[in-house]
Amino acid sequence: MKGIINSLWLIPALPLLAAGIIALMKRPQRKPAAALAIGSMALAFLVSCVAFVATLQPEAGKGAVQLTHNFAWFDLGGSALRLGWLLDPLTAGMLVMVTFVGSLIFIFSVGYMDHDENLTRFFGFLALFAAAMLGLLIANNLLFLFMCWELVGVASYLLIGFWFHKPSAAAAAKKAFITTRIGDLGFFLGIVWLYHETGTLLFYDNGAGCLEQGALTKLVTQTTVGGMAVSTAISLLLFCGAVGKSGQLPLHVWLPDAMEGPTPVSALIHAATMVAAGVFLVARVFPLMGAATADLGLEGHSPHTTALTVVTWVGACTAVFAALIAVAQNDIKRILAFSTVSQLGYMMLGLGVGGPAVGMFHLLTHAFFKALLFLGAGSVIHGSHHEQDIRRMGGLRKLMPITFAAYAVGMMALAGFPLVFSGFWSKDEVLHAAMIWSPSKLPFLLGLFGAVLTAFYMTRQMWFVFFAPRAESASSPGRAAHSASHHEPQGASSSPHESPRVMTLPLVILAVATVLLSLFATPVWPWFHAYLGGQLDHLQVGWSADSAAGLTMLLSVLAVALGVSASWRLYSRGKAGTDAVERLFPRLFRALQGRLYVDEFYAATVFRLNAAVAVLSDWADRFVWSSVVELAAWLAKGLAWLSRTLDESGINSGFDAGCVETRGAGGFASRLQNGQTQRYLRILGAGVVVLVVAIVWMGNN
Amino acid sequence: MTTLPIITLLTLTPILGALVLALGGHRGERPARNIALGFGLLALLETWLLVAGFDGKSAALQFVERHAWIPSLGVEYFVAVDGLSILLVLLSALLVPFAVAVSGGIGDRPRTFYALMLLLQAGLFGTFTALNFFHWFIFWELSLVPAYFLIKLWGGPARRTAATQFFIYTFVGSVAMLLAMQAVFLATGTFDLPKLAELARSGELARGLETKLHWTGLSASALGTVLFVGVFLGFAVKVPLMPFHTWLPATYAEAPSSVTMLLTGAMSKMGVYGFLRILAPIFPGQLRDLLGPLMALAVLTIVASAFAAFAQKDLKRMLAYSSINHLGLCLLGLFAAMQPTANTAGWQTEKVAALNGVLLQMFNHGLTAAALFGFVALLERRAGGLRGLDDFGGLRKVAPVFAGLMGISLFASLGLPGLNGFIGEFLIFKGAFPLAPYAAALSTLGLLLTAIFLLTLIQRVFAGPLNERWKTFPDLTRGELLVFAPAVALMFLLGVAPQLVVRLINPTVIEAVNRLGN
Repeated sequence: MKGIINSLWLIPALPLLAAGIIALMKRPQRKPAAALAIGSMALAFLVSCVAFVATLQPEAGKGAVQLTHNFAWFDLGGSALRLGWLLDPLTAGMLVMVTFVGSLIFIFSVGYMDHDENLTRFFGFLALFAAAMLGLLIANNLLFLFMCWELVGVASYLLIGFWFHKPSAAAAAKKAFITTRIGDLGFFLGIVWLYHETGTLLFYDNGAGCLEQGALTKLVTQTTVGGMAVSTAISLLLFCGAVGKSGQLPLHVWLPDAMEGPTPVSALIHAATMVAAGVFLVARVFPLMGAATADLGLEGHSPHTTALTVVTWVGACTAVFAALIAVAQNDIKRILAFSTVSQLGYMMLGLGVGGPAVGMFHLLTHAFFKALLFLGAGSVIHGSHHEQDIRRMGGLRKLMPITFAAYAVGMMALAGFPLVFSGFWSKDEVLHAAMIWSPSKLPFLLGLFGAVLTAFYMTRQMWFVFFAPRAESASSPGRAAHSASHHEPQGASSSPHESPRVMTLPLVILAVATVLLSLFATPVWPWFHAYLGGQLDHLQVGWSADSAAGLTMLLSVLAVALGVSASWRLYSRGKAGTDAVERLFPRLFRALQGRLYVDEFYAATVFRLNAAVAVLSDWADRFVWSSVVELAAWLAKGLAWLSRTLDESGINSGFDAGCVETRGAGGFASRLQNGQTQRYLRILGAGVVVLVVAIVWMGNN
Repeated sequence: MTTLPIITLLTLTPILGALVLALGGHRGERPARNIALGFGLLALLETWLLVAGFDGKSAALQFVERHAWIPSLGVEYFVAVDGLSILLVLLSALLVPFAVAVSGGIGDRPRTFYALMLLLQAGLFGTFTALNFFHWFIFWELSLVPAYFLIKLWGGPARRTAATQFFIYTFVGSVAMLLAMQAVFLATGTFDLPKLAELARSGELARGLETKLHWTGLSASALGTVLFVGVFLGFAVKVPLMPFHTWLPATYAEAPSSVTMLLTGAMSKMGVYGFLRILAPIFPGQLRDLLGPLMALAVLTIVASAFAAFAQKDLKRMLAYSSINHLGLCLLGLFAAMQPTANTAGWQTEKVAALNGVLLQMFNHGLTAAALFGFVALLERRAGGLRGLDDFGGLRKVAPVFAGLMGISLFASLGLPGLNGFIGEFLIFKGAFPLAPYAAALSTLGLLLTAIFLLTLIQRVFAGPLNERWKTFPDLTRGELLVFAPAVALMFLLGVAPQLVVRLINPTVIEAVNRLGN
């Protein structure tokens, strides 16, 4: 069983191979391409399951299973840069989730992308995306993780911009890549810094890895600028990467735009892969983030280090901020996009206050129900001929019953309906950990407020899409344009229809999984905690929570009830065609609809600054540097003239060796002066300038 | 040494090719190009033999050929390769056939054109293998002359200005260097580069300056600095380091694109090579004294050139600035490796990492930038000379293979992991960040900006609705695919297996770090 570590590379390699083969295929080979991608994913799922089983048996006395396989990549000085694979519960759980959800999304795509002429290419990119994500998960080296991380970025770039002929898609793809790269700069510096301090980037290497005790002790005891511990500084730099990738404030702006990609891509980006990468990164380097000189935290909770405090606050603020914006969006996918940003905030909050088990469980449950919601939205969009505005939908409950049922499960999981939906339990754990977090209660209150908002906007969406009376404007011009651009067969049927089985089947499977997952992390049987912590042999059935847990649960149920009932009352009684909240708070609603103008703010500041500096650099190049050179040229000409005059007048007729050089330079310069190339003489002057500057420096020394 | 003088044969191969072209009586471009390609491939084969016989575990000079030439002037015929040289010889051997294969549509005197390309290659081979300053300098200048004529005779509308500017700029730099090196010769009596480095280490050079050149009235340290600046100028112009770069955008833009491939791919490496082979070993103390300002110039080069690239509307000018940016990173790594530190294994490792990164970056930038200018050459030829950022749009629809391969090259250029550019940049920063934290941190801005303007390029040229004008824009032909596919394959290969290159250079770099001291 433990031998699986030597074959772990197969998991990313299979989809990568598929991507490579598909890249060489021709456009008409649609079926083989789809089969290859799905087959490779299914195989990767099987291997992941084997790996998962291998992690179920903790080694006696050693806690969680942790298998590594390291190897040298290339020589570097006297040693070598080593990479490696790692299998532990964190990796195994993610592997199973990504391959499972990924496979379903791939299958769904067969139906959704049926009409697209570039289906072959699409599956190639999907496979590349999955391969990069899976590589990231099994990495036992921060550099290797970063490399896969960037490949995830480029795959998402290709997929968001899949309909590249649409300018908005091309722009969104670029925005996603650039915004995440801003965070990656910090990440990159964090990596090189960590490498310098610990001499290795392997996470675990029999005690010599950068996340093991020896290295951590060294990092927490050293301080850097401002008296900050080196471990804190590096943690914060690494967290920059996670902020970009997981769409946290203030780098969340790319995520909603990423909706420009085909809907299965949104599902993949928002559920299983890209955005999960940032949360996974924090969980992976958690030993570093939580490293403190003394163990400040209480047993079983995360330590209160500066790095984790930052994670907590960023998460809590993002959770509420994005939930607020989601209330006022009208595009079905955009609502889900902002809800993703908000839920990622919860995950970060969970990591910050409760540690990897809390954050990661919410990541896993969210992956299922968000994939479910996005695919459900895809089914709705597909069924209603690429209509995306929820105000123009309505009544789909009867027309698309399977989609409706599945979507309802996803919605209730996201909103946090109690007991049988996994989202309830995972969110409850986050809130519980936040409640007992000692530095401040504000993150908990923010989280609770976010829960009310989540229930509110999801109810609003459900009402508009599935319950509201069907809107009259069923054939809006926008819709026609959409259909045309996506090569939809025209005029087949104007009323929405249920999607084909290849699309509904993944929905049903995901809905079932969403419910079943709730079994694994209840206070009665906290299996997931025990699994991540390597405590499965001590796992007991029974009420294990404290009194705060009961209170949290009660409050969170009340929050959901408040959100749902308020939303339902407002919208079901509202007039058709208008938004109840918009009527009540028009200005607030418009501000939220405009996403609180963050994009506009960036456009007015960062972009303009960037453009201005670019113009300035170009201008400096054309004029300033040239003028300096020009000035120096005149100086040189003057010197040349002087030198010649001196020579000719014979003052310096003593022809000693020292003059050879001067004459050489003077003669050269005067020859140039006589020629056609006067304007290029300025270059000669550059040398003089340098000499002058050098002499000044010398004087200083 | 009774073995085959393979370096001499290698250098003579393109010269022979140039002679065949010059003396042959055939007409037309195709035969001329085929002959040039044949000789280029022959040189590549010879280089392959050289690489195969190279002992990668040793930092010593290999394939040494040494003969007296002008003993009274200390001039020897002295050629050899170490890890640094062989890497750049390999790069030159790869790029010249690549550029020749991309060339086309040379209506005017095609035989001369291709003969000059081969002469340029001879200059490159000589520069990267000669170890006696005298004939090193001959080859250094030899490469300049064909480049000048290639630009002047076959360039764009403003070619005369550009060619003259290019020539004067680099020539002035060369003259400054030559004068400085003559003074060094007066002080030491030798032109032997390894020996000069040794004399510099032992302090002999400084003593020589004091005793033999006291008549200048300058102290040894002041004289050392003046000479350093002279040599520095020669290389700083060539790389280029800002503000000695103003010749470059115009030159790269006006030169025929296949010539630009060699200018940026191989000739810009001559400057960095000079820094590594001559300036740093012979003037280590002076370099360290001026390290602060030099580091500032490197950061300026990286950031300002990336910003300037962002403002360009001409693809060739944009890529030209991008090249300045990439070479700025080489100098950042190089200067960082000169940073004085404690003599511990940890710091040695960082310096080795930085210099390994510099060498990888040189090779990878050579490959990637050449490929990019090659793609622009194809664009220009298909669009009748147009190459503006906004002249195209949506080309991916009609030319998916073209867009795909050029896209991969652009991503290689912006340092995407898995492609060749990444690992060099990573190693440069790995070394530079601990050695010079603020300079390195500022320089990451260049990485971000590079991503912005290269993705903008993709967005404007390949994405968006198809520009109606290019409805019939042809995709890559089979022949073009044959030329570009190997280049792109090499980008993948080196991205996944950098060991292929590192195994050649690592021992040389370790040795260099040891010699440069702390």
